[in-house]
Amino acid sequence: MSTPIFQVRDFNVRFHTPDGEVHAVKNANFDVHEGETLGVVGESGSGKSQLFLGAIGLIAGNGTVTGSVKYRGEELIGATQNRLNALRGSKITMIFQDPLTSLTPHMTIGTQVMEALRIHQRVPPAEAERRSIEILELVRIPEARRRMRQYPHELSGGMRQRVMIAMATVCGPDLLIADEPTTALDVTVQAQILDIMRDLQKELKTAIVMVSHDMGVIAGIAHRVQVMRNGEIVESGDVDKIFYEPQHAYTKALLNAMPRIDDPRHAGHLAASEAIVKAETLLTVNDLQVRFPIRTGGVLFPQVKDLRAVDGVSFSLLQGETLGVVGESGCGKSTLARAVLKLVPKSDGAVVWLGRDMGTLSDPDLRRLRKDLQIVFQDPLASLDPRMTIGHSISEPLKAQQPHLTRAQVREQVRDMMARVGLEPGWINRYPHEFSGGQNQRVGIARAMIVRPRLVVCDEAVSALDVSIQSQIVGLILKLQQEFGMAMIFISHDLSVVRQVSHRVMVLYLGRVVEMADRDTIYRDARHPYTRALIRAVPVPDPKLERAKARLILTGDLPSPLDSRAQLTFMKSRMIDDPDAVQYRPRLLEVAPGHLVAEHDPV
Amino acid sequence: MLSYAIRRILGAVPTLFIIVTLTFFMMRLAPGGPFDSARRLPPEIEHNIKAAYNLDKPVYQQYLIYLDDLAHFDLGPSFKNKDFSVSQLIATGLPVSAEIGISAMIIAILLGTGLGTLAALKQNKASDYGVMSLAMAGITIPTFVTAPVLTLIFGVYGLNLFGYEITLPVGGWNGGAFHNIILPVTVLALPQIAIISRLVRGSMIEVLHSNYVRTARAKGLPNHLVVWRHALRAALLPLVSYLGPAVAGVLTGSLVVEQIFGLPGIGRYFVQGALNRDYTLVMGVVIAYATLVIVMNLVADLLYAVLDPRVRFD
Amino acid sequence: MVTPFSGGKAELIEQAQEVQGRSLWVDARRRLFRNKAAMASIVLLGAIALMAILAPLLSAYSFDAQDYNVVSCSPDWWPDSTVICNAGGTHWFGTDYLGRDLFVRVLYGARVSLTVGLVATLVSLLIGVAYGAVAGFLGGRIDEFMMRFVDVLYSLPFIFFVIILMVIFHRSLFLLFIAIGAVEWLTMARIVRGQTLSIKQKEFIEAARAAGVGTFSIIRRHVIPNVVGPVIVYVTLTIPSVILAESFLSFLGLGVQEPLTSWGVLISDGANQLETAPWMLVFPAVFMAITLFCFNFIGDGLRDALDPKDR
Repeated sequence: MSTPIFQVRDFNVRFHTPDGEVHAVKNANFDVHEGETLGVVGESGSGKSQLFLGAIGLIAGNGTVTGSVKYRGEELIGATQNRLNALRGSKITMIFQDPLTSLTPHMTIGTQVMEALRIHQRVPPAEAERRSIEILELVRIPEARRRMRQYPHELSGGMRQRVMIAMATVCGPDLLIADEPTTALDVTVQAQILDIMRDLQKELKTAIVMVSHDMGVIAGIAHRVQVMRNGEIVESGDVDKIFYEPQHAYTKALLNAMPRIDDPRHAGHLAASEAIVKAETLLTVNDLQVRFPIRTGGVLFPQVKDLRAVDGVSFSLLQGETLGVVGESGCGKSTLARAVLKLVPKSDGAVVWLGRDMGTLSDPDLRRLRKDLQIVFQDPLASLDPRMTIGHSISEPLKAQQPHLTRAQVREQVRDMMARVGLEPGWINRYPHEFSGGQNQRVGIARAMIVRPRLVVCDEAVSALDVSIQSQIVGLILKLQQEFGMAMIFISHDLSVVRQVSHRVMVLYLGRVVEMADRDTIYRDARHPYTRALIRAVPVPDPKLERAKARLILTGDLPSPLDSRAQLTFMKSRMIDDPDAVQYRPRLLEVAPGHLVAEHDPV
Repeated sequence: MLSYAIRRILGAVPTLFIIVTLTFFMMRLAPGGPFDSARRLPPEIEHNIKAAYNLDKPVYQQYLIYLDDLAHFDLGPSFKNKDFSVSQLIATGLPVSAEIGISAMIIAILLGTGLGTLAALKQNKASDYGVMSLAMAGITIPTFVTAPVLTLIFGVYGLNLFGYEITLPVGGWNGGAFHNIILPVTVLALPQIAIISRLVRGSMIEVLHSNYVRTARAKGLPNHLVVWRHALRAALLPLVSYLGPAVAGVLTGSLVVEQIFGLPGIGRYFVQGALNRDYTLVMGVVIAYATLVIVMNLVADLLYAVLDPRVRFD
Repeated sequence: MVTPFSGGKAELIEQAQEVQGRSLWVDARRRLFRNKAAMASIVLLGAIALMAILAPLLSAYSFDAQDYNVVSCSPDWWPDSTVICNAGGTHWFGTDYLGRDLFVRVLYGARVSLTVGLVATLVSLLIGVAYGAVAGFLGGRIDEFMMRFVDVLYSLPFIFFVIILMVIFHRSLFLLFIAIGAVEWLTMARIVRGQTLSIKQKEFIEAARAAGVGTFSIIRRHVIPNVVGPVIVYVTLTIPSVILAESFLSFLGLGVQEPLTSWGVLISDGANQLETAPWMLVFPAVFMAITLFCFNFIGDGLRDALDPKDR
């Protein structure tokens, strides 16, 4: 057993707020050993971030810290600010969740990376520059020398997180604390970052603390795990022990709630019912295009380029069927949904609902049609008017569609719907800010379902929720779907959840369909290299599986959608090396009945 | 960066144009003004005006000549003062106003930034409340109250400080002697110090809570480096945006200050011109002021781009 | 819980069980009441306003009655005064250089200053809200153009144009309202437009459209209630600016005309008499300062109440 370098004993963090005292971390006791990775798992409010912020002295002004935190025998609590500053950034470093805002905008990348070297090790400028370039290459940033002179806003999110990692490891620290470092990143980028961290650990022998709510991430990188809830460590141990023989009820519940990409009916979850036969076709989308003009170029002769957010998507939907739409940022899935619902104007193509082309409908007809088409949004709080009671919000579609109903009738239906989604009908006069995220999402669902639509679009409806709440809401959606017999378009970047709820899955890349098939086929027999990379990249909460995975990782970031070469990333043999040229358009081929795959170079 | 600068400059030109044109037409509409045929003026002035404004030519030609004159800094003759042209009057008043105004701006920026940063670093403690109360006072008490009060304290009664009797002259330019300009500069600077310190405090507090400052702290940087290198530049951005309105505020304040302290600056010419209905003088001063503010806004825009790299790649 | 009973009784029971939620307005009102500075300011302001309204009843003197027996005398309690009014009548604030009672003049000045403050702010409110709402809601090119216009005007020291207007068209109270209102509407327009834009992009607007709610209803039900908050805050903070602007003009001699008086005129006269009769400056200045402070505290209090953030 290697030596413990970080020892926490009886550690407490309390905050003094106008609403009383908040006890964020309660009596934490644990060690971190040399060269190991400790995974810290918990949902929001578990105190996992505050624990480490407090331990190294980065807590907010109104927080107090008691207990003992020892680094190699030296007490950190109560140490002088100078001593803490000397340790932070050189021996104990921390990286954070949001790479887009965590780098100083007016300083170049090079300056920020070199800063740590110059301050802590008094390295002369030339040497500092050399070592900085070295570490940037180690975190796989291409053209490192050029990047040194760039500003943070010129880099993508994934690149910026790599810079953060570089900054945190350039002085060769003993301990790197990573607080949800990949949560804000796309799945393929996340896989790359985790890979980089694993490699860095092997090379530099740094101990890592990985804080995350995603048990799949933890399973793939941790040696030991501790589970936190409401400020307390409820269970800790070896990673295999925790995942295969969990002791605490909460740990078990957490593992059960996590959707697994390899097994949609894991632990008795509701999953989409068996294949739909002989149902009527509700929706047909033909070659839908949505383009946004973007101004680029100089001052005197500005060019206008078209951003093809949705670039020729076609599909159809049967009654009661769920189509899962997956893709990473910029693939156009949200725009697609909004174009189908006519919340965003389309540039070309046709959306046909029950045989009628929606583009030809008059305004009053369109408004009546809205009864059949509803949407549940991602951010529960943002999608509700904060000045309206939840009863009012839920009743709004009903009153718009059936203005002849009396107030009593409306109230009756609202209360009924609230009960169905698991809300106390007595809460009808309450306001969104009085509820949790999960409860507000139930309100959003009630609002969408109250008019008994025939098609519901769920746009990342569960992505902003904690895992345990997430599984409840997914269950609710599936239950309601079966009760009301609705068709559903389920949009998500989370492939595990999509597998759970869909009958068919459509994979989008930069506005185009790269693969579409029924659920089981996609996950077991994906043909397109992007789909395969995407699936491989999803972390599974199963340590043995994660360790055994051969990584098929896409290198680099998502290319810019304005660059016409981007669409031929997987078919470089036909690519013309000019960002403005009109490129060959890979066709969508049917490789098996119901299984469409875009043309690509053989892997 | 260059395209950004060009775009900003191009944007400023129409503004100037609009002001100039507005001025032209306002002068012609003013009753009792140089173009009102019903007025009666002493013959020399009548003659000057006729010559300067070419009143026998059609309007659009007058406009073009007007623009041409402006380009040569010729603002026409004074309406009331037969010996001087407007440009001459402005030229005599400019150094006075400039010295007072620039001194006041510099003091306001330095002191305001310092106080605002101090208040932000000691948020919600005694010094924060102290600074903010002073700022509130500075904003609400008008210059034409502080001026006479300060004159009374320092000028008339004299202040006994540490055994030193401090008496300052109550007015007069005296060639810009230090003793003469202390009071006017102070009075002019006070409201701006107040506004700037509030601005910087708010902005600094926000920046100190930002994620990148947290990263800087996590890197183990000592507090003074965190503030100096990472926080200050970002916190100053709203101040840079405020520079244009700040200059406008100082200009407005100078009207009062020059009046009360009897300083022969442009402001006093302007006020007296307004009271005497010296239209051409008033219009000329307005054009000069407006140009100054527009130039200042331009400088502020460029400065903003220097401070914030994200804006340069617009 | 939906009860198994039917009929009116069930509904009554239901309603009895429904908890009344805490709306954001109620929350804001609570926070405002907790703000001592703001509450004290409201009381003080109310007192001043009341005194201004009741001015004729509060003093035996008329505001323009000149009495050459008591020219420039100070109130009885003024320290170190050589000229005390002891005419038997009560000149609580002393008199001015024409023998007019200062107390009643300060109150009449309050009338004018407060009225100018309110009316000019109203003018700027109407123009600003209309302009900003249209720009914010229509968006796109129209918005760009309208805001560019505002930017152009913003960069001018507008007070100069007001002065020019006063010079050209001769002074009148009506023109004063319009002129000052025209100065302040710019910031109001910017604020309203900014708020409208940010509300427009919020998801609950999209949700309402998806529900089939018409554009007009969306504006009425969702946009306006969410925009009202910051507008109220800004209105409260505009009034002191307007009062200051009016006093500035009066100081320069371009404001309110005789026989009307405002705090600006009184302060201007008082500044001239500072050495001989300082009370002429002190009283109107103090009243104006208190009023401005009060409005600022109330405005800050409203801002914190409606949108609490860590100060």
